[in-house]
Amino acid sequence: MTMPMDPLAPTLSSPAPGADDSNAPGTSLWLGAWRRLRRNPAAIIGGALILAFVLVAVFAPLIAQYPANSTQWSDEVSLTSVPGPREGNILGLDRYGSDLFSQLIYGARQSLIVGVVSTVLGLVFGATLGIIAGGLGSWADTIVMRIVDIMLSVPSLLLAVSIVAVLGQNRYAVMIAIAAAQIPIFARLLRGTMLSQSRSDYVLAATSLGLRRKSIVLGHVLPNSLGPTIVQATLNLSTAIIEVAALSFLGLGESDPAVAEWGRMLVAAQDRFDSSPQLALWPGFAIAVSALGFTLLGEALREALDPKGRR
Amino acid sequence: MLRFVVRRIGLMIPVLIGLSILLFVWIRALPGDPARALLGQRATPEAIERVSEVYGFNDPLLQQYFTYVGRLLQGDFGTSTRDGRGVVTTFVEQFPATVELSIAALLFAVILGIPLGYWAGRRTGGWIDNLVVSGSLLGVVTPVFFLAILLKLVFADWLGWLPTSRRQDARIDATHITNFYVLDGLLTREWDAMWDAVVHLVLPGIALGTIPLAIIVRITRASVAEVIGEDYVRTANSKGLNPSTVRNRHVLRNAMLPVMTTIGLQTGLLLSGAVLTETVFEFNGIGRYLYLSISQLDYPVLQGYILFIALIYSLVNLLVDVSYGLIDPRVRVS
Repeated sequence: MTMPMDPLAPTLSSPAPGADDSNAPGTSLWLGAWRRLRRNPAAIIGGALILAFVLVAVFAPLIAQYPANSTQWSDEVSLTSVPGPREGNILGLDRYGSDLFSQLIYGARQSLIVGVVSTVLGLVFGATLGIIAGGLGSWADTIVMRIVDIMLSVPSLLLAVSIVAVLGQNRYAVMIAIAAAQIPIFARLLRGTMLSQSRSDYVLAATSLGLRRKSIVLGHVLPNSLGPTIVQATLNLSTAIIEVAALSFLGLGESDPAVAEWGRMLVAAQDRFDSSPQLALWPGFAIAVSALGFTLLGEALREALDPKGRR
Repeated sequence: MLRFVVRRIGLMIPVLIGLSILLFVWIRALPGDPARALLGQRATPEAIERVSEVYGFNDPLLQQYFTYVGRLLQGDFGTSTRDGRGVVTTFVEQFPATVELSIAALLFAVILGIPLGYWAGRRTGGWIDNLVVSGSLLGVVTPVFFLAILLKLVFADWLGWLPTSRRQDARIDATHITNFYVLDGLLTREWDAMWDAVVHLVLPGIALGTIPLAIIVRITRASVAEVIGEDYVRTANSKGLNPSTVRNRHVLRNAMLPVMTTIGLQTGLLLSGAVLTETVFEFNGIGRYLYLSISQLDYPVLQGYILFIALIYSLVNLLVDVSYGLIDPRVRVS
């Protein structure tokens, strides 16, 4: 251990016989994982979907032909008919008379922002609780885990609903609500991995070398425990995107009508569903595809980081 | 075993106390007066004054908390601000509907999920496996409410094979004893009514059961793949045992342990998903009632229902742990 912060995993010290280059002695866990990830088609598809999603969200004003919620064709929309694809509107109009394609593009922006911010918030607070519980142990562990138990006793969607009810309907409330539902997941996961890492031989070695507990926990146990948490964060981004839409569906999402949001587009499409199913199909499809990207990458990352998967 | 059960119940108590504190704080953290939150927006000043008096909103906080817990222990969860009915009454009335729907969803998930997971896990990397794994990925990423809308559109509106909404056709005059409509039909021997209730469960059951299905498929697949590589399976095969005996007695029995836990853990997902599914299919269970209460900010209902749901969720997890302790003696010791 030359560098205390090097996440080089001692579990790698015994490569399987007949291993390829990613298992060569001295290859770090992360480098090996990256090499395995590059060869996994699921990871490549997932990564490509995420990249496309992020690019669309970032460059929305350049891709969309019209601004979000410019209801400039509102007089062409009636209860029974919503114009479909036509010149100037690739996917047709939405039920309020805006360009459906532009709405979808701007919706990506909203999903990405809310999804990423809520997952990062959940990760930061959840990981902090996990480190406190897993690193300090004893009574701190007991208190933190009871708090986690309480948070887990309410199904996540209902937890999010209660929080939005207190904070009011706006983007920030939605972010905090979805983050709160993720906190116990991260806390429990990181605590568990840290506890199992603490029983490793390298911790025993570091302790017998006389290293202080704080530097063992922060310098060795924590870096070696991050893998599953990163995998979970990737998977949670997918859940967060779906949950943003679910909250909107329940009428608790973004209340600003000038913001395009996929979940709300789905709700609005419901009463025109018989005559214009495309209004619901496109946003539903958009939610599923962006969630699929993060799920694929998360699963591939899990496989790549799993020491058992290195063959 | 008894000690294990008692200790496990003991772990539930701090959770319930903590939750009651959270819900207590929650009502007081809401914007505006808590009495107004409990009475609704149209409450008269006199009514607010009276409720503040009864609930003791002017007392010190600690005393208020004990008043609140005292009311809960007496079974007083307040009344809905929307329809004026008791929270406990409506919950008891609607809960069978949600249980029925959840059972339908779980049946769909288990009956389809275990064979699919078994086929996929028997030979990982084969085309069946790839197909099943891709399908389960699709199941996980499709939002419940979107799937519900799609199913309703295709099978109810376009094809007209199945009903679009509600628990039973309004024209059927069925007698309801337990409020489990299928069971009621069975008890009263009103076969039409029973069949109608079953038919009404198909689409919501599929919509609600899809994510549990995807999860059960994946767990079964992973578990079967692991067990099939074990030495005892190789031994059983090389002894020349009948392949179906190996499958049933050696592979499936051992692979089912993690699957059983997973099935138990789906309760939370089912209860969350029920809010969305019941809303789409206008299915009168606790989920739809919660949805209506959310949109009308009916706080007594939200408060009571969240507490009930958390209690049920904790109880189911307790049952899962205890049954796991029965199957696997190692769990009891640790």
